[in-house]
Amino acid sequence: MKDALGAPQSLLVLGGTSEIALTTARAMVAERVRRVVLAGRPSAGLEAAADDLRGRGATVEVVAFDAAEPDDHEKTIDEVFAAGDIDVVLLAFGVLGDQDADAKAPAAAARVAQVNYVGGVSAGLAAANALSRQGHGALAVISSVAGERARKSNFIYGSTKAGLDAFAQGLGDKLHGTGVHVMVVRPGFVRTKMTEGLPDVPLATTPEAVAEAIVKGLRRKSSVVWVPGQFRFVMSALRHVPRPIFRKLNI
Amino acid sequence: MSDGPSADVRPTARRVRLNGWGRTAPTFADVVRPTTREQVATALGQRTSRGVIARGLGRSYGDPAQNGGGTVLDMTGLDRILAVDLERGLVTCEAGVSLDRLIELFVPFGFFVPVTPGTRQVTVGGAIGADVHGKNHHADGSFCNHVSSIDLLLADGTERTVTPESDPELFWATAGGMGLTGLVLSATIRMTPIETSLASVDTDRTRNLDEAMALMAETDEKYTYTVAWLDCLAKGANLGRCVLTCGEFAALDDLPAKKRRDPLRFRTGSLLTVPDLVPGRLPNKLTMGLFNELWYRKAPKHKVGQLQSITAFFHPLDLVQEWNRVYGRTGFLQYQFVVPFGREDGLVKAVETISRHGAPSSLTVLKRFGPGNAGFLSFPKPGWTLTLDFPTNTPGLARLLRELDEIVLTNEGRFYLAKDSRMDPADLARMYPRLERFREVRAKVDPDGVFVSDQARRLGL
Repeated sequence: MKDALGAPQSLLVLGGTSEIALTTARAMVAERVRRVVLAGRPSAGLEAAADDLRGRGATVEVVAFDAAEPDDHEKTIDEVFAAGDIDVVLLAFGVLGDQDADAKAPAAAARVAQVNYVGGVSAGLAAANALSRQGHGALAVISSVAGERARKSNFIYGSTKAGLDAFAQGLGDKLHGTGVHVMVVRPGFVRTKMTEGLPDVPLATTPEAVAEAIVKGLRRKSSVVWVPGQFRFVMSALRHVPRPIFRKLNI
Repeated sequence: MSDGPSADVRPTARRVRLNGWGRTAPTFADVVRPTTREQVATALGQRTSRGVIARGLGRSYGDPAQNGGGTVLDMTGLDRILAVDLERGLVTCEAGVSLDRLIELFVPFGFFVPVTPGTRQVTVGGAIGADVHGKNHHADGSFCNHVSSIDLLLADGTERTVTPESDPELFWATAGGMGLTGLVLSATIRMTPIETSLASVDTDRTRNLDEAMALMAETDEKYTYTVAWLDCLAKGANLGRCVLTCGEFAALDDLPAKKRRDPLRFRTGSLLTVPDLVPGRLPNKLTMGLFNELWYRKAPKHKVGQLQSITAFFHPLDLVQEWNRVYGRTGFLQYQFVVPFGREDGLVKAVETISRHGAPSSLTVLKRFGPGNAGFLSFPKPGWTLTLDFPTNTPGLARLLRELDEIVLTNEGRFYLAKDSRMDPADLARMYPRLERFREVRAKVDPDGVFVSDQARRLGL
């Protein structure tokens, strides 16, 4: 249960090895979160993440979960909720893909969509239904500024995030008045293992900054959070750039 | 909509957003408003796996009368007086009867409720569940000291009449048990005889906390009702300055001739209702500092034998309906703790910490408790209790409260569950040494955890 100051006590991370999610989990454990469930594909990294959080005082369960296998999502998530209330679900899985290679291999591109969008829809709905049944809680969905307007250099990933973002917004409106808060998180370029080796870009941010924005957004019950905040205005401007010009931009 | 006690009309559940008086941490639950015992039993039988909790008038500050995703029974429909014995001052009534109603009905017959908190808008069921206390705690104890019998509906659907003699374990688990042992259907209360409906009040203003504590220690024996309002924003030599009010119900002879004609006259009613439009940052350090200064100066330095109405002396806040709206939509929380006698340093340190932080609490109240009762989770124990309320948007509040938690814990203090909305669950067992006995009784009468609230989930009660 959240307390009067909006501090949650339990957290379910879908995509348990995501750096953004783990940094967020650490920030929340430093406050009142005591029960953390890390759902992800079994790996040494997942176990290490669990140990790290245990070392910070949390009780951690590790659950096998594959974003690319939507048939199992509902059962896995329902079992987590059956063991105790979950105050915050962080939907954090996602793959970046390799635009140039994927463009030549349609099946590989479809896999990016399968994980980011299809997996997001089934896991998001399963989590939302479980939260509605308990009458309280929040679902934070990690989207991306890349979903705001697809760019030629990154449109496969961008389009999956655009779909996930639209899904999460609609879901949030649908759940208004049920006690369930859905928050869309739109980070810009985050320096993590997922983006390792890629050239730095303006307004690049860190997992710590995203974690802080998520914690703050949950407390304030924001519906959309941009990280860094300036992206709200940058993307608002980019959205309205006419297509012939946008096409020529080297972004 | 009919609220009549017809057994045929089955009340339907509505999914409703519920929060406590502090207006924080809302959750959604299916609310049912039964009007008969049979309907309560039916609603209990129709529960889901998310369980059931009773709710009265919603005056608990946090989340004990909420049950996210489950059933909440609005007990205010059980509002009948079942038996009255004016010879012995015994009243048996249903759980949803408010103290307001008891006062209104029985003051004209010369009886007052044995214990009343700062508002009379609480139900008898709620008063038992929280084992509420009032200005007379040092003399008369808390509410359940004056309850001779409780009719309890248990998780398995059976009704049991519980008295301190017949089943002390269950009685004292229920007294202060936050509704987690069963549903209180009705109770018998020993009322307090009074000659008049007016309190004779002595007021003293003290320059600081030390002076207030000395005066309170001295005056407690002489009065049945005592309480001090404390200015938590005062600093330096004025740290913890208080307005101490002490009183007794006036005897007939104390009244002027004119009032003697109708000595038990009682009028209820309110002056105004706060609209739900107050900006969130209105109660701040500046406005509350000003309010506290005025409130302090308004009080006489020393005054004896002033006659005050029940409302003015016991329930001044009841004059303002929906006063919690003053804190805006972000809400507020109450922080009430007790530290034992001999730990005065802890109290002083807490007041210093709050003053240094400049956290704006307007309704800060200091009171001395007498002996506690046998209630496993009953809050009062001998010592000093301080009550504060803070808007939740006070900058740095979480940090300040953690500092205060530490002071309370190291001084063997504890928090009041009816006010709690944010305590660390890890602190609970240290504060309530009889928690395990409470859990044992609960495991016996409700092995499946049918009775559960948001607070019970939050604290792992």
